[in-house]
Amino acid sequence: MERGVHDRGGVSTDEAIDRSEHTLEDWEVLTDALAGALARRGLVNVDELRRGIESMPADEYEQAAYYERWLFSIETILTEKGVLAAGELDRRVAR
Amino acid sequence: MTYRVGEPVTVAARAHRGHHRTPSYIKGRTGRIERVHAAFPNPETRAYGGDGLPETPLYLVSFARSDLWPDAPVAGDHQVYVDVFEHWLEEPK
Repeated sequence: MERGVHDRGGVSTDEAIDRSEHTLEDWEVLTDALAGALARRGLVNVDELRRGIESMPADEYEQAAYYERWLFSIETILTEKGVLAAGELDRRVAR
Repeated sequence: MTYRVGEPVTVAARAHRGHHRTPSYIKGRTGRIERVHAAFPNPETRAYGGDGLPETPLYLVSFARSDLWPDAPVAGDHQVYVDVFEHWLEEPK
């Protein structure tokens, strides 16, 4: 049966699972805070956040870090809702 | 609530492209109702801007590891517990 890239419970792998902890970088903490703030303002809910993550192209999903997936999803959802204009973040970052 | 604690249930084996909380490793597998949690907004519509209503009953369902992964190289058996919404459950055939 077709399964999404995120739907990987029970999938076999020969690769070792990395269980090491790491200190969160500032952008990761800020991403978490951003998602919380958007949820409290009613702009994004957790189901939308998950759906946005699951909609990532499989190769991008595999390469992205955990909070990079959150950022991808937040940008996707906010663009859908017209809070962000398409390409707005890219233009601001390029300045 | 359609199902009661102790009843056997089979998880629907249907494909579903959108967001849903039913992992593929339980689809088509039969387990047992362990707990009736409550009714919750449906994440399958809330994920797309909907209100998630009507609220949908959510159950805790147990499965035998040996039913989900019969070839797993582990000793013995154990239970695997998954929260499953009612519209994914069917009476076993």
